[in-house]
Amino acid sequence: MSVPNSGEKTELPPPKTQVGVIGWLRANLFNGWFNTLLTLIAGYILISTVPPLIDWLFLDAVWGMVDPEVCKQAEGACWTFIREKYRLILFGTYPFNEQWRPLVGVLLLLTVVGFSCNRRFWHPWLGAVWLATLLIYLMLLGGGVLGLTPVRTELWGGLPLTLLLAVVGIVVAFPLSILLALGRRSNMPIVKSICIGYIELVRGVPLITLLFMASFMLPLFMPTGVSIDALLRAQVAIIIFVSSYLAEVIRGGLQALPKGQYEGAESLGLTYWQTQRKIILPQALKISIPPIVNTYLGMFKDTSLVAIVSLTDLLLATRQAFADPEWRSFFVEGYVFIAIIYWCFCFFMSKYSQHLERVLDTGHKR
Amino acid sequence: MRRTKWFAAATVAAFVGAAGVAQAGDTFDSVMERGTVRCGVNTGLAGFSIADDQGNWTGLDVDYCRAVAAAVVGDSDKVEFVPLSAQQRFTALQSGEVDVLSRNTTWTLTRDVSLGIHFAGINFYDGQGFMVPADLGVDSAKQLDGAEVCVQTGTTTELNLADYFRAQNMSFKPVVFEGFEESLSAFFAGRCQVYTTDKSGLAAIKSVDAPNPDDYKILPETISKEPLGPSVRRGDDAWFAIAKWVLIALVQAEESGITSDNIDDMKANSDNPMVKRVLGASGDMGEKLGLDPEWAYRAIKQMGNYGEMYDRNVGMESPLGLDRGLNAQWTDGGLMYAPPIR
Amino acid sequence: MAEQVARKAGDSAAPPRREAGAFLRDPRVRAVLYQILVLGGVILLVAYLVSNTMDNLEERSIRTGFGFLSNEAGFYIGETTFVAYEASDSYGQAFVVGLLNTLRVALLGIVLSTIIGAIVGIARLSSNWLIAKLASVYVEVMRNIPLLLQLFFWYGAISFLLPSVRDAITVIPGVFLSKSGLQYAVPVSHPIHPWMGLAFLAAIAACVVYYKWAKRHQAETGREPNLLLPSLGMLIGLPALVWLAGGAPTQMDVPELATFRYVGGTSVTPEFLALLLGLTFYTAGFIAEIVRSGIVAVAWGQTEAASAIGLSRTLVLRLVLLPQALRIIVPPTTSQYLNLTKNSSLAVAIGYPDLVSVGNTTLNQTGQAIECISIMMACYLTISLSISFFMNWYNKHIALVER
Repeated sequence: MSVPNSGEKTELPPPKTQVGVIGWLRANLFNGWFNTLLTLIAGYILISTVPPLIDWLFLDAVWGMVDPEVCKQAEGACWTFIREKYRLILFGTYPFNEQWRPLVGVLLLLTVVGFSCNRRFWHPWLGAVWLATLLIYLMLLGGGVLGLTPVRTELWGGLPLTLLLAVVGIVVAFPLSILLALGRRSNMPIVKSICIGYIELVRGVPLITLLFMASFMLPLFMPTGVSIDALLRAQVAIIIFVSSYLAEVIRGGLQALPKGQYEGAESLGLTYWQTQRKIILPQALKISIPPIVNTYLGMFKDTSLVAIVSLTDLLLATRQAFADPEWRSFFVEGYVFIAIIYWCFCFFMSKYSQHLERVLDTGHKR
Repeated sequence: MRRTKWFAAATVAAFVGAAGVAQAGDTFDSVMERGTVRCGVNTGLAGFSIADDQGNWTGLDVDYCRAVAAAVVGDSDKVEFVPLSAQQRFTALQSGEVDVLSRNTTWTLTRDVSLGIHFAGINFYDGQGFMVPADLGVDSAKQLDGAEVCVQTGTTTELNLADYFRAQNMSFKPVVFEGFEESLSAFFAGRCQVYTTDKSGLAAIKSVDAPNPDDYKILPETISKEPLGPSVRRGDDAWFAIAKWVLIALVQAEESGITSDNIDDMKANSDNPMVKRVLGASGDMGEKLGLDPEWAYRAIKQMGNYGEMYDRNVGMESPLGLDRGLNAQWTDGGLMYAPPIR
Repeated sequence: MAEQVARKAGDSAAPPRREAGAFLRDPRVRAVLYQILVLGGVILLVAYLVSNTMDNLEERSIRTGFGFLSNEAGFYIGETTFVAYEASDSYGQAFVVGLLNTLRVALLGIVLSTIIGAIVGIARLSSNWLIAKLASVYVEVMRNIPLLLQLFFWYGAISFLLPSVRDAITVIPGVFLSKSGLQYAVPVSHPIHPWMGLAFLAAIAACVVYYKWAKRHQAETGREPNLLLPSLGMLIGLPALVWLAGGAPTQMDVPELATFRYVGGTSVTPEFLALLLGLTFYTAGFIAEIVRSGIVAVAWGQTEAASAIGLSRTLVLRLVLLPQALRIIVPPTTSQYLNLTKNSSLAVAIGYPDLVSVGNTTLNQTGQAIECISIMMACYLTISLSISFFMNWYNKHIALVER
């Protein structure tokens, strides 16, 4: 088929200044004097900061296993520090020869997390998989079975400890927060006020005071002679803290459901728990999943606060690596290294929450 | 839902199980049952308690714990060391997390009476001092008017510091840190011109932690009395007695000339009644404490007497190189004076 | 009640012969039962914990009660806000100093993070690609790294990278920057200063009145009076007039290098600086995201309509987008303010004497954990509740009046 061209004009290409690199630049960087000014300022800042930063990070950096004195002479970063201390940073004070155990544990945990992110695997048996994973994780860390040397919890540290606090916090706080959210929406005045009291009290105070409470007051609450492990105490504080924030998120989901859902369930003659389990919670939780993931993200960052009550998590382990007088001045390298680790986890979680928000959006929004 | 709840409950149970809930009614019984002594120590202070890369603990405070373990359980390796910060130490002891607190802790009235603990004795007579960079040009604490001082919170150090400057009518600016490490690295970074803690601690920091020991100097003044010693929980007199008399036996052993090398010879051949009582060759000292006759023999045999511990950890044979000073035997003009074991 | 009676009457009219268990199936009875169970459980738990605590305290003869608050504290506090404090003052006064220090850093942090957050949030929506990308990078980096790590980083950077006091950087004459912080000159105190403060307050009041008048004037005449210049004039002019009337004292208290540090003027310590920077940059990342999504959430048609009636881009933002976006922005921003205030408690990690730091020191010196932690928690609860009450009021104030 030939196109008849009689009487019709061929389309001219747009002016060169509107397409291609120049066009893009004009449209995005230099449209108007104000934007041009901004671009110039930002460009200047970038040019004066980025190349030195790259020099420091890569080009002038020391990568080899050299003496700290050599590092001090260098212009750039001293990644030797990380190479020298990475075992201490990642695993804390965990017995050196047994560190393969937390490593295996972390890899296993990350694999399961990876699987759980895929919605195809969202089945009831996933819960059982998680339980098994956690048990194996604790077994690997704690030892005492299958010929593994027992390792006391005071020695657990680094990334495995951070992940443990976060994962157990997530798993335990979740059901607790559902109960709290339901309690807060319940029309039984006493239950309601207890839940409101708990949630508002915990949300009104900083996590650090809860951690102090757990480390200094919890031992006094226990009967004489019973002592709770320091790690467990911090874990309890984190669970209490997260569950109240999570409860508010889930309450948001519950409130977003149209009233008709409740009325419909009631008219079918379902009991309260049946209504919640079969009608309300599946929908409410689905709406709340993205903010729930965000809450977990916050909690993951907050686990770093246990460093203040002397648990050797990733942050404190890194600070212990600076205790070596020879390497004391390389704190920037250490902080950059763990900042990257934290950032990767958090960035992944925030992107995943945004992804879920899109995928799960099945029209509850008006 | 049900599944989730069951799952959560199981997890909690698993975690509690793994973490372990310590039951400690009678301290001695629970130590015997467990087979180890739990001992609270400093997170890292050279000479007193410090762990190497492999997690082996050394130091004067650590050696005391080992001696207790040798006396009670029979083996100086049967100790679980629990590193504690200044803030955590008393809670850990009160709550039964540790059986003995041996963490360069100053004996004061408030602590002895109102914190729920008992001091079992003194294993190091110390005093607070100041450390400054050598190039600061300061020779005496009297010249410190207006200085910024790095100090760790929750210690008697913090209070003595305030007392001293008030008494001298000088001003200062405290920079207070939660942790020992933080306060130290702030000082080395130059945040403060002065660092203050017990003089033994200053010696340890200067010789071990300082990037270059010659860059720092310890000022001559001693501004406080710091009797450091182990402590135990209130309300368990039997255990208190054991903790107290193990320390006394170590001191007495030095006075009587018993060392880890000659102990077997002494035990077999000595006619000195005191030596015989200490080593269990005569008398029923062990029985009175609720232990076997060889309690002190094991402690001294495995860990050495007080003098050996001192020399090894903080004395001339150690990097700290401290004189015996006040910590010499009373017969040498010091304050180490063991009540009679009889 | 009446309903119940009616129900009973109905029951007796047609006796259905209830089984015994049916009583338990009545939802109202069950509700009461549940509540009694829950309440009983909570009371039992609390009673158990309290009795344990009492036993423990008594057995180990640990002191209790708040009597210690009037005892002499014996420790110094590195920096104070408004009130003076000596080691011979009481623990109670130490707590007040800590609380004021917390409030100081929180207030400044809130103001600064709001400004930075709003700028970054708007920048993310900028049509300038470079600016938008830079703003996104800022947000992604700040939000995804733990605050405590950032604080350590800032503190480390300040205490390692700045020169020591003797080689302090002179930023401008009278302002010195070193490892000991920022030391700057302030006017020597003069009786006229409180009056200048009063004049400033009066100027604020005058501005409020002027705004009200301006609004009415605009409604009546359709012309918008200039707001910026008169208010700036009043805010600066009134105190300046008072200053002139007081004889224009110009004497400054300039910091001078003594043996160890600068003496004179006022200082900002590195601890405060690190905490403020950390809190501000961290929270600004969150506020930026809230501002961005708030603006995006305003329907696109609003922008189009506003442009259609000939408003410039700035005016569209100021008159149409922002007022509507504010309603979406305020509630989550409130919780960010609350978070910032609570996060200021991390000061304890870098040695800034805030409430938690002072409380912790007191706890360690007195051993009275329950009392000290309760005081800290009570203070934070009060602050949190006050901020949320104020914000709720403000929220109601700007809320859309729906028909």
